[in-house]
Amino acid sequence: MSTSLASRVTGAELPLPYRVIARHADTDDTVTLELAYETAPLPAFAPGQFAMLTAYGIGEVPISLSGLPAPHETARRLTHTLRAVGAVTRALHAAGPGTVIGVRGPFGTTWDVPSAAGHDVVVVAGGIGLAPVRPIVQAVLAERDRYGEVVLLVGARTPADLLYRDDLDRWAAAGVQVGVTVDRPAEGWNGHVGVVPALVASARFRPGRSVGFVCGPEVMMRFTARALTDRGVPASRVRVSLERNMRCGAGWCGHCQLGPLLLCRDGPVVDYARAEPLLDVREL
Amino acid sequence: MTAPLLTRVARLPFASGFEPAQLRRLCATGRSAAYRPGERIFTEGGAADRFWLIENGRVALDLRVPGRGDQVIETLATGAVLGWSWLHPPYRWQFGCETRGPVDTVMFDAAAVRELCDADPAFGYAMLRRFVPVITGRLHATRLRLLDLYAAPAAKARP
Repeated sequence: MSTSLASRVTGAELPLPYRVIARHADTDDTVTLELAYETAPLPAFAPGQFAMLTAYGIGEVPISLSGLPAPHETARRLTHTLRAVGAVTRALHAAGPGTVIGVRGPFGTTWDVPSAAGHDVVVVAGGIGLAPVRPIVQAVLAERDRYGEVVLLVGARTPADLLYRDDLDRWAAAGVQVGVTVDRPAEGWNGHVGVVPALVASARFRPGRSVGFVCGPEVMMRFTARALTDRGVPASRVRVSLERNMRCGAGWCGHCQLGPLLLCRDGPVVDYARAEPLLDVREL
Repeated sequence: MTAPLLTRVARLPFASGFEPAQLRRLCATGRSAAYRPGERIFTEGGAADRFWLIENGRVALDLRVPGRGDQVIETLATGAVLGWSWLHPPYRWQFGCETRGPVDTVMFDAAAVRELCDADPAFGYAMLRRFVPVITGRLHATRLRLLDLYAAPAAKARP
């Protein structure tokens, strides 16, 4: 490798090899992978940022950070949760411990969790959208005294599709207001049935002193952001995570353009005051 | 629960915007009703002769499906309005309802409230203005669920 090329290999342009050191099956089609670097670590990721994960010989996909390292673990381990929906994600889903995959990143804006200090924290997630907000809850609980009420509202298609059930139980036991709802209940389900924005109305938080973090299908985010702003949370303090066709990760290729934003660089996390008018724009 | 009924109802989102005199008249038709876990509050096809404001707890609306038992359509929790079939003929419940844990409510006599609405259009309009958002909110939620937003996207469109 020439010096000039080596100096450019920062992990933004070329994928660095990471080894799968743990694989946890969250649901039938969703896994969480723990990754450790092989040759050199990438810069530290913050909640909200994403990596481009490469299944060698198949392709590359953007996947958000889905966990913070425990205090005793090296900060350079990465946690990513992904759902098998296409060729690349199916290959990554099948990657067992020992498999080497490529990683570029970190990319994009963060949830900026520290800026919510002194406020109530209202996290709303739909489907696999729980993965990118999981680090928010972990970060808040790691410095619990800095925040007010912590609310986590989760929507899933069925009870079998719920991610991180152990975390949800643990967080509830730690005092987080956890509300879980499903679209289609199964036998024995005793929780909420309905859409997750409907849970916003009865959650306990101070609207004027809250920050909202919302992640999930875009329609779900629109309705949730409206439910939060209807309660009185300022749109500028509601953050959503937007996704388009992320490719380069650095704002060069333009594939992820949404109006004036290049979401790989200016997103994925955008405040709703800025995002709202863009979400109504029809795509070509 | 020791607070006067009027005070309790005034705390609920449903009461927001009611004039005090209207709220007093409405509350004159109501009384406290508490339910045990798993108790059936009403049955599909039964007479819709009351409605409830849920002060605490959660209920499930259900529909009897042959061979599949009572299928839960939606749950309603603290602060929600339960029941609107009393608003229009034939005044029959379209769904059933069962509690999910202990539930505290304020229950209203539907016939008495309809009489108040008929006698005083301003009161009737105030009631309508509170029920329409409840109904449209549930309609929107149902439409969202029809989209099946969490289903796996088409593989051809995903990497």
